[in-house]
Amino acid sequence: MIRLSLISSSVAFRLVIVVTGFLALAACAGVYAAYSYGRAAADQAFDRLLTGAALQIAERISVDDGRTVVDLPLSAFELLSLAPDDRVFYRVVGPRGNTLTGFDALPLPTAETTGNKIIYETAYRGVPVRAVEVRRRLAEQSISGQTAVIVAHTMDARAGLARDIAAKAMAAVALATLVIILITFWATRFALKPLDRIETSIKARDPTDLSPFTGKAPREIEALVAAINHFMGRLDSRVRDMQDFVADTAHQMRTPITAMRAQTELALEEDNPQRLKATLIKIRRRAVGVSRLMEQLLSQALVIHRSDTVPLSKTDLRRIALEAEREYRTSSLKQGDGIELDFPEDNVPVMCDPFSLREAIKNLLANAFTHGQPPVTLKVEIKDGFALLKVSDRGPGLSAEITEKAGDRYIRNEDKPESAGLGISIVRQVLNSHQGELFTWRAEDSALWLGFRLPLAKEGADA
Amino acid sequence: MKSALSNIAIAAMLLAPTLSHAATTEFPARRESKGATLRIASVTDLPVFRPMIDAFQSRYPDIAISYEESTSDTLDVVLEKACLEEKDFADLVISSSLPRQIWFVNEGCAEPIDEVAQGGLPNWAQWRNEINGLTYEPAVIVYNKAAIPPDKVPRNRFDLIDLLRSSNTYNGKVGTYDIERSGVGYFFAFEDSEQASTWGRLLESFGRNRVKLFCCTGEILDRVADGRLLFGYNVLGSYALERMRKDNRLGIIMPSDYTLVMSRTAFIPKTAKAKAAAKLFIDFVLSREGQSILEDKMNFTSSLRGAEGLKDQLTGGIDSLRPIALTPALLVPLDQEKKRTFIEQWRQSVNPDRGP
Repeated sequence: MIRLSLISSSVAFRLVIVVTGFLALAACAGVYAAYSYGRAAADQAFDRLLTGAALQIAERISVDDGRTVVDLPLSAFELLSLAPDDRVFYRVVGPRGNTLTGFDALPLPTAETTGNKIIYETAYRGVPVRAVEVRRRLAEQSISGQTAVIVAHTMDARAGLARDIAAKAMAAVALATLVIILITFWATRFALKPLDRIETSIKARDPTDLSPFTGKAPREIEALVAAINHFMGRLDSRVRDMQDFVADTAHQMRTPITAMRAQTELALEEDNPQRLKATLIKIRRRAVGVSRLMEQLLSQALVIHRSDTVPLSKTDLRRIALEAEREYRTSSLKQGDGIELDFPEDNVPVMCDPFSLREAIKNLLANAFTHGQPPVTLKVEIKDGFALLKVSDRGPGLSAEITEKAGDRYIRNEDKPESAGLGISIVRQVLNSHQGELFTWRAEDSALWLGFRLPLAKEGADA
Repeated sequence: MKSALSNIAIAAMLLAPTLSHAATTEFPARRESKGATLRIASVTDLPVFRPMIDAFQSRYPDIAISYEESTSDTLDVVLEKACLEEKDFADLVISSSLPRQIWFVNEGCAEPIDEVAQGGLPNWAQWRNEINGLTYEPAVIVYNKAAIPPDKVPRNRFDLIDLLRSSNTYNGKVGTYDIERSGVGYFFAFEDSEQASTWGRLLESFGRNRVKLFCCTGEILDRVADGRLLFGYNVLGSYALERMRKDNRLGIIMPSDYTLVMSRTAFIPKTAKAKAAAKLFIDFVLSREGQSILEDKMNFTSSLRGAEGLKDQLTGGIDSLRPIALTPALLVPLDQEKKRTFIEQWRQSVNPDRGP
């Protein structure tokens, strides 16, 4: 298992393994080829020797006084002695197929041929030999016909030469293999150097530095560096959101809690029951405000979390609006208040995270009830390729200054301490991750409209 | 190979198809042992060979030796038969009959002897690690010192041919081997014919001078010593040199045009029983101790010393010595057709007048 993990973890090692494997195959093929070539070369060389000796003997066959005679030339055997340790056999066959001289036990070739020369392998008294038969036609007055000279020898010198050639080739192949493996190893190390550089530069960074890596990277790992940079970007924005959230929460909680403390102290010193009750009512309103603030902070944290992680799905905006209305009505609406719904007949498909969008709509409703005057209307429509969602009330509306800042955080109407002031900010954050847009305007009937628009989901987009 | 045997050899085979008839001498192990008996088949006279056996046995007292001495013709017949029939006949063969020895090895009947200390052996003195030349024996011309004045002693074959032509003195006074009866005589004559064109002219002058033919080296040496012959041609040098040391009537010429050198060779038949002992013996002969016994006690020159050992007796330069290499080319003199034509031509040329 250690070896497996080593194989998968080291690029250089994997490369060397693959290269070595291929080289081993190539080396085997090379050695086999070298041995075959060595055999062929040795056979060719020594067959010529045999043929030369046989031709020399054939030349010395003559007819003397009506008899076929052979005057064996010494030079033929000196030629054969060039294969120093090989045993030599010969046989001369006359025109009538009778052996004129030589070794009777040396077999004739079995294959028929029309040529003047046959090279064949056979056995002399159980020992394998390579033989050549050379034919010569006698055309004398008294004798005519074919004579044959067979010369054979054992194959020690051939095998020796073939082995020698193969051994030299093997040494060369082994050396080349070793060199290529070393080069591969070195080349891998060289090619992977930029990775070391990136590693060093990342290691040398300040722990809080999440800025993208800008050093030069080889083209092959640009994608990897981009992925790292993207990841770091997300991490960076996440960390920043978290820091902001913590800072905001601390800031947000401090004021109302300080106020409540002051009011409870006042209440402790109050003897007048009438005024005591008024102070208690104030404290209760503060407490409601803090509780709503908590809810909104949690809702905001959830929205922030989901904006980076939850994939958008195709959903009907009318359904989300309806659900948001129902939830808001059951949790926060006082008896007697109502929400007018104005939905189109047709499906309004948008790509969204239904949970976040529902939160946004609930915040819009809360905003309308907190700052405006009933009756509140919730309207969904399709216009110019966008899905529109609008909430209207009959309140005085926000001042010009506040309208300008609508959506910024904690712009709170101090007259209404139970308002947390985070509502529009959450809406804006949700819209950011939905390519949506927040807007407000006053209609001619003096109703204040606050709403957003989202791009319609394309036909066939995945749900 | 077709049986290519001289009449004598065939007679010998009919009479004695194995070595059983040969003179066998037993040398029991010097020490009580169960070691094998090393059977040596040899053509060397026992009195000459005995010092080697003695020295070997004092070095290896556990090995018993059975020395079977025969003539080279008889041994050749036995070798051929044993090889073709794969019969056991000896553990070590030491013979001067080169062609049949080479034939035996070529047939695959000899045992490889790699571990023998043959490293120093020159290339010509070994073949296939199976046959090793132990000695270095030149073919020489012997002459009667009293009859040939020093300024007339021929230095080479050209001088000899001129001398034979110059007068009638040498008619019937030149002797050589009868190549139809002597294996070594045929072999030297054959090698002569392949060496140079002088051979034809030499044969011619032999014929004109009614050359006398003999079967054996001793006969020629005896006659040259006592003046019945003036020249003996192609005599085996090892015997001639030994005789010359004891008999100052003999002179020796190692022809300066070329001097053939042959080697007494040793091999172990595949069928041998005491192969290890046979290897030890070859090893021993080629060892420093064996070499000095060869040279000091047996009057042979070791093949390891070669020309160096003969340089005091040389007539010409050291490069006039032509050792006959152990190669398959030595199969040619065995070829029946070759031998038949060669002897026919030889007979015609010398117009044989067989010696008494």
